[in-house]
Amino acid sequence: MKFSFQINGAEREIDAPPMKRLLDALREDLRLTGTKEGCGEGECGACSVIVDGEVINSCLVPVCQTQGAKIITVEGLARDGRLDPLQQAFLECGGAQCGICTPGMLIAARVLLDTNPHPARDEIKEAIAGNLCRCTGYVKIIDAIEQTAKTV
Amino acid sequence: MAVGQNVLRKEGHEKLTGAARYIDDIALDGMLYGKTIRSRVPRGRIKSITFDPDYDWSRIVVADYRDIPGNNYVALIENDQPLLAETEVRHSEEPILLIAAESKHEAEIAARHIRIEYEEAPPVLTIEDALKGDQIIHGSDNIFKSFLIARGDVDEAFKQADLIVEGEYRVPHQEQLYIEPQGMIAIPGDDTMTVMGSMQCPYYVHKALKHVFNLSDEQVIVIQTTTGGGFGGKEEYPSMIAAHAALLAHKAKRPVKIIYDRAEDIAATPKRHPGVIRHRTGVTKEGRLVASEIDIVFDGGAYATLSSVVLSRGAIHALGPYRCDNVRITARAVATNTPPNGAFRGFGAPQVTFAYEMQMEKIGEKVGMDSVEIRRINMLREGDITATGQKLTWSVGSEEVLNAAVERSDFLSKIQQASLQNGRAGSPRSQEKRRGVGLSFFFHGAGFTGSGEAKMKAQAGVEITPEGHARILSGSTEIGQGTRTIFCQIVADELGLGCDDVEIEEPDTSRVPDSGPTVASRTCMVVGRVVQMAAREVKEKLRRFVAERYGEADVKLIENRFVANGKDLASFGAIARAYLDLHGELRAYARYANPPGIEWDDETYSGDAYPVFSWGAIVAEVEVDPTTWEVAVTKITTAQDIGRAINPILAEGQIEGGTLQAVGYGVLEELVWNRGRIVNNQLTNYIIPTSLDAPEIETIIVEKEYPHGPFGAKGVGELPMDGAAPAIAAAVYDATGAFVPEIPITPERLLAAIEARERA
Repeated sequence: MKFSFQINGAEREIDAPPMKRLLDALREDLRLTGTKEGCGEGECGACSVIVDGEVINSCLVPVCQTQGAKIITVEGLARDGRLDPLQQAFLECGGAQCGICTPGMLIAARVLLDTNPHPARDEIKEAIAGNLCRCTGYVKIIDAIEQTAKTV
Repeated sequence: MAVGQNVLRKEGHEKLTGAARYIDDIALDGMLYGKTIRSRVPRGRIKSITFDPDYDWSRIVVADYRDIPGNNYVALIENDQPLLAETEVRHSEEPILLIAAESKHEAEIAARHIRIEYEEAPPVLTIEDALKGDQIIHGSDNIFKSFLIARGDVDEAFKQADLIVEGEYRVPHQEQLYIEPQGMIAIPGDDTMTVMGSMQCPYYVHKALKHVFNLSDEQVIVIQTTTGGGFGGKEEYPSMIAAHAALLAHKAKRPVKIIYDRAEDIAATPKRHPGVIRHRTGVTKEGRLVASEIDIVFDGGAYATLSSVVLSRGAIHALGPYRCDNVRITARAVATNTPPNGAFRGFGAPQVTFAYEMQMEKIGEKVGMDSVEIRRINMLREGDITATGQKLTWSVGSEEVLNAAVERSDFLSKIQQASLQNGRAGSPRSQEKRRGVGLSFFFHGAGFTGSGEAKMKAQAGVEITPEGHARILSGSTEIGQGTRTIFCQIVADELGLGCDDVEIEEPDTSRVPDSGPTVASRTCMVVGRVVQMAAREVKEKLRRFVAERYGEADVKLIENRFVANGKDLASFGAIARAYLDLHGELRAYARYANPPGIEWDDETYSGDAYPVFSWGAIVAEVEVDPTTWEVAVTKITTAQDIGRAINPILAEGQIEGGTLQAVGYGVLEELVWNRGRIVNNQLTNYIIPTSLDAPEIETIIVEKEYPHGPFGAKGVGELPMDGAAPAIAAAVYDATGAFVPEIPITPERLLAAIEARERA
């Protein structure tokens, strides 16, 4: 079946089985491999993308549910070669180590700051609680999000 | 200077934009997808393998042990682990067959049409079973390896002791849970095999492939792709997956990709060794340790793999960072019919640290001393002798880390407050949340144990590019910990260049030398030093070149200018290019050698176990819910002496991340077993800490410089994993009065301890 949606600002159409996971549609059909698979059951958040303004686990959403949606992946955060302030802050604060959770973490943080531009530290922790990181102990990720909120 | 600065992560940009390519992000033309068919019984003989005759097998590539061109083992310390089972299976995740298909889905479907029947034998599933010896599954006694560390006269010293304190401590399996599951792609050539994937140790994979295929060094090429975490879990098992993918690729004559899903990854790959550790300590009434007898048993699983070296590190660290002149440490690794246990950050040390620190709490209480004082009077200081007879001659930050953690956390006044609030002697059954605070003190030897580094002679190189940049050649891998960045900082300062003028070659065995595995907190301290020496050799060649060219005797490189007798002669870049024009290339390699005076005796297991130790202290604060008995770790204050921090933000990142893994070890992470199989092999019920479980972590870096490390650096990778669990257990004791000698301290285990205490 054919599905069309807007991805990172561009209109795209793919031909895929309706129950294909959005994650696989992004990675295989559109070659947007920045979105990662860590568990395949909605626990780790590595596959987080933004669909119509909300964070979703793309491993749990069939592509048929995203017909006509606006989707943003990690590849859509930087504009014209300039990093999103969150990406810059992650770089400066040490928020990315191995980098595998980073795309999902950035997506969750982006939606938080879009809806709550000046979150408290506890609100930041809550917002990224669905995104597992095994490298950082979360300290520098939270620092990076906090720094972005303060400076932007 | 770049060293000591928070230089931005070298590969940060690609990781933040999604451009970094991990193994599952790579798709090749004509690539097949491989799958591993495993045993489903813990011990037995394969009776029959049946391929469903109604299924179309023409589309599927199948490989078994008979397809292996060379040796059917995964080369490591002992070559005892088969690549594919032949007739016998020794654990219930043992690989038996490999299949490859056009899609992952098709491989999954095909797998369901294979039926394997077994003649089962009674399995050995626990340490107790293995020691009982009713079933013998390895050698004559189920013991893979044993060690004895002996010093002084223990029996006599026990007679002199005022008090003898005994304790038994238990530690569980733990899963590394890197967020990127394991995976490999193998690409067959006419007479070569190229494998790329997620790994810590390209040269381990290289060696394993050579043995499986009977190929030469040059015929096997191993390339590390961006790796999404390792923590030890990608030390040795990637060799297995690489050889599996390569065997399928060899048979299919097409590239083959194998990516584990999370369930397979947790079920089949190695875990931290579970263990039982017993202490018997003789103490004077002033609290001094005079005799210590420690017995360690680790569960190695079904094959020897890395158990001997994990056990060795455990034994050497077992007494802890304490002085005691009469010591007997016995250590055994036993065989069971469970998947082999292996490397996980800390490598035997977190297990024994939990035991010796719990024992120290017990001793302190018995002699009536607080947690700080009992440690202070027994701690190793410069000039003291360790359990293996090693005299500590440099970079001993023991006192500094203990003082810093205690003072910064305000430990002594917090423990008084908590004791008042909780009334240790009183009933714990009130509804108010109970606060507690606990301390731990620990050390970690950096680099390989004993003679390991001296035998390995790790190699690295530096070359000059046509643009006049320096390029680092090393088999050490970036797995998130910052290898690429700190190596560039070290070389930048050695050559007076900016970090942007230093590149690092991809870890590809056809292009970089064997720097040894990326393990054992050795990358910065050991390989970083070798990289520095190689850069120094490049500098020396250029210096001699300048001296000749300008007829100057005393040429120096200052910043990035060559000068002599106060005269500025030329820039580094100009000289480097001139050198290349004349000689074609400029490259230097260096090899590691231990600092002078470091001696180890493998026969007596004594001497300098490590060239230097890193030191740590942790204060943990907890809140225990008296209704659910859940333990929330609210704050960790930790001071760690890691020598010079090459990049403080990256070093803090190591400490914070390792600490949180240790929090998981202490209170959350538990694998549940049924007949030799893990039943919670998914993230839904193997619980690692989320941002909401994570305490606030305050890190104090203590920099006692190590004269033989690069710019004074020591190891940082593993130390942070060692100490949090016992500090948390001590805090739980403080909060509830329940001394829990087994982790993780889950609500069930804590409730049982509290009920036992009430009955007593």
